[in-house]
Amino acid sequence: MEAVPARSAQTASPARRRRELVTGAVLLVLLALLPLPIHDTYTRNLIIITILFAGLAQAWNILGGYCGQISLGHSLYFGVGAYVSALLLTRAGVPPVFGMLAGGAVAGAAALLVGWPCFRLSGHYYAIATVVVGEIFYLLFLNWDFIGGATGVNIPYKRALGESWLWMQFRTDKLPFHMIVLGFAALAWLVAWLIEGSRWGYVWRAVKDDPIAARSLAVRVFPSKMAAAAISGFLTGMGGAIYAQYVGYIDPDSVMSGQLSILIPLPAVLGGVGTLWGPVIGAAVLIPLSEVSRSYLGGSGRGVDLMIYGGLIVLVALLRPQGLASLLAWRRRDARAA
Amino acid sequence: MSLSLFLQVAVGGLLMGLIYALVAAGLSLIFGLMDVVNFAHGELLMLAMYATFVLWQFSGLDPLLLIPAVSLLLFGAGVAIYRLLIQRALSVRFNRGMVQIFVTFGLAILIRGAAQFVFSGEFQSINKSWLSGRKLDLAGVFLPLPQLAAAIVCLIAFGALLLISRTEFGRALEATREDRDAVALIGIDRDRIFALGWGLGTATVGVAGAMLAGFYYVSPNVGANFALIAYVTVALGGFGSLMGALVAGLLIGETEAMTALFVDPALKQVGMFAIYLLVLMFRPRGLFGTM
Repeated sequence: MEAVPARSAQTASPARRRRELVTGAVLLVLLALLPLPIHDTYTRNLIIITILFAGLAQAWNILGGYCGQISLGHSLYFGVGAYVSALLLTRAGVPPVFGMLAGGAVAGAAALLVGWPCFRLSGHYYAIATVVVGEIFYLLFLNWDFIGGATGVNIPYKRALGESWLWMQFRTDKLPFHMIVLGFAALAWLVAWLIEGSRWGYVWRAVKDDPIAARSLAVRVFPSKMAAAAISGFLTGMGGAIYAQYVGYIDPDSVMSGQLSILIPLPAVLGGVGTLWGPVIGAAVLIPLSEVSRSYLGGSGRGVDLMIYGGLIVLVALLRPQGLASLLAWRRRDARAA
Repeated sequence: MSLSLFLQVAVGGLLMGLIYALVAAGLSLIFGLMDVVNFAHGELLMLAMYATFVLWQFSGLDPLLLIPAVSLLLFGAGVAIYRLLIQRALSVRFNRGMVQIFVTFGLAILIRGAAQFVFSGEFQSINKSWLSGRKLDLAGVFLPLPQLAAAIVCLIAFGALLLISRTEFGRALEATREDRDAVALIGIDRDRIFALGWGLGTATVGVAGAMLAGFYYVSPNVGANFALIAYVTVALGGFGSLMGALVAGLLIGETEAMTALFVDPALKQVGMFAIYLLVLMFRPRGLFGTM
């Protein structure tokens, strides 16, 4: 127990919420224009992956940050979204635009199924149970021949359809995918913004801070966790479907591995858990850093990139436990005023 | 299926289960003491295995003789990790639970990178020792001696841990676990106890690593798999319970072996994870857990 209880459920002033929405809109426009002067594929790809992870971290943040349930099994929802949309496309010819929604829905349902038994557990027991559930499905997918087993699923480029938004296939152009992941991240951010100001947001933060006190105030703890899990799972699954379409090939190692379950929350944790801007800032710092150090130092196979990456995580977590977002001056001013 | 095959697999599961139990005991000790889950636990096991490998290469001593040296090294590593990182992580004012998870996780990546830097990513193994390749024939059931020795050492280590818990130091550990602030009033230095607790936990892993290196390959990524099993074992047995780690380790080892035998070797981990989830449905704090 903490000596000074954390107060997550503070009231954000309407003015501040409006300011955040405007900031979000301005950032959205800037990010939409960002790739226009950039032409090399490497940088464009880097930006797309960064934005995708900002969205995924925000999706995790809804359950892990606002509701306080530290899930370390989000690779399951990512993988389920990717597989559902990819298989609907290759087996049934369903356009990925719908496959993405179906993938999100199945992932959201999966989050409910996982949550039903696991939300009875608290603290570390919950975190480890989610790791284990993720790992079980990774192993099952690896050995399930119907969905391609370890070989995975290949999403072929259909020449007859050409460049198409409905089918989400673009031969070499990265710009459309930039807009798609940006739309996804914006949706995740907007959902978090709506939750932050809604009754649900207050209830969830109460569940996070002190579940027993929340229950004594007639907060229905279990349904709150389930709602957060469903929304978080849905968004994560959508991200998985987009990733599958972007990369064109998925296998259990690339979309369901336990490593991914850490990579998804990491930007949110380092940027600021349970904050609107934490996942965005965390991803903007972390993903380029890890990608660039990997491409410049990782080629030797000598682990220098891993040392830098790991050391950075340790340093940020120790020096900025409240997240990098707290470095922004206006946030500090608000925190002092509150 | 013959009876001797069944017995062979059952005994194999038992021997492996004891190793799992000892790895988990180190993790459980640290958790029980200060409520910190060490996500670098597998990497410490990997370090212990490499330490054994390197010492064996340079000195030519048998891994069995290297146990004291390796566990002492790991004890030092544990104390250093506590003093440099965990002590700070425990004193942060925000998101304490998450800071602990991600500090130890970052440390895990750091250690893995360092191991890759020093040893490269190749698989290596100790191929010459007193016991390697030898088997004990028990009426048609063959016990590989390195595994048997490892299991015996694990039991001895468990005995030692139980003895330590009865000493003055063990009682100080218990008191600090109960109330970390109150112990200061009776002259116990909390940070010193925590540091020693970390040392003891990692030294336990040192023993397990030294024994494991005698018959298992070493690579920078070897820890991840054992770590996952260790978390499951600890949660199944109940965080902080030594007895729980032992029982859960054996249960996990047997389940793994039986799933491989009766279902599919590729799904052996699914079996142990499923048992864990099943038990958690009925005992949300594990078999012996109170926290």
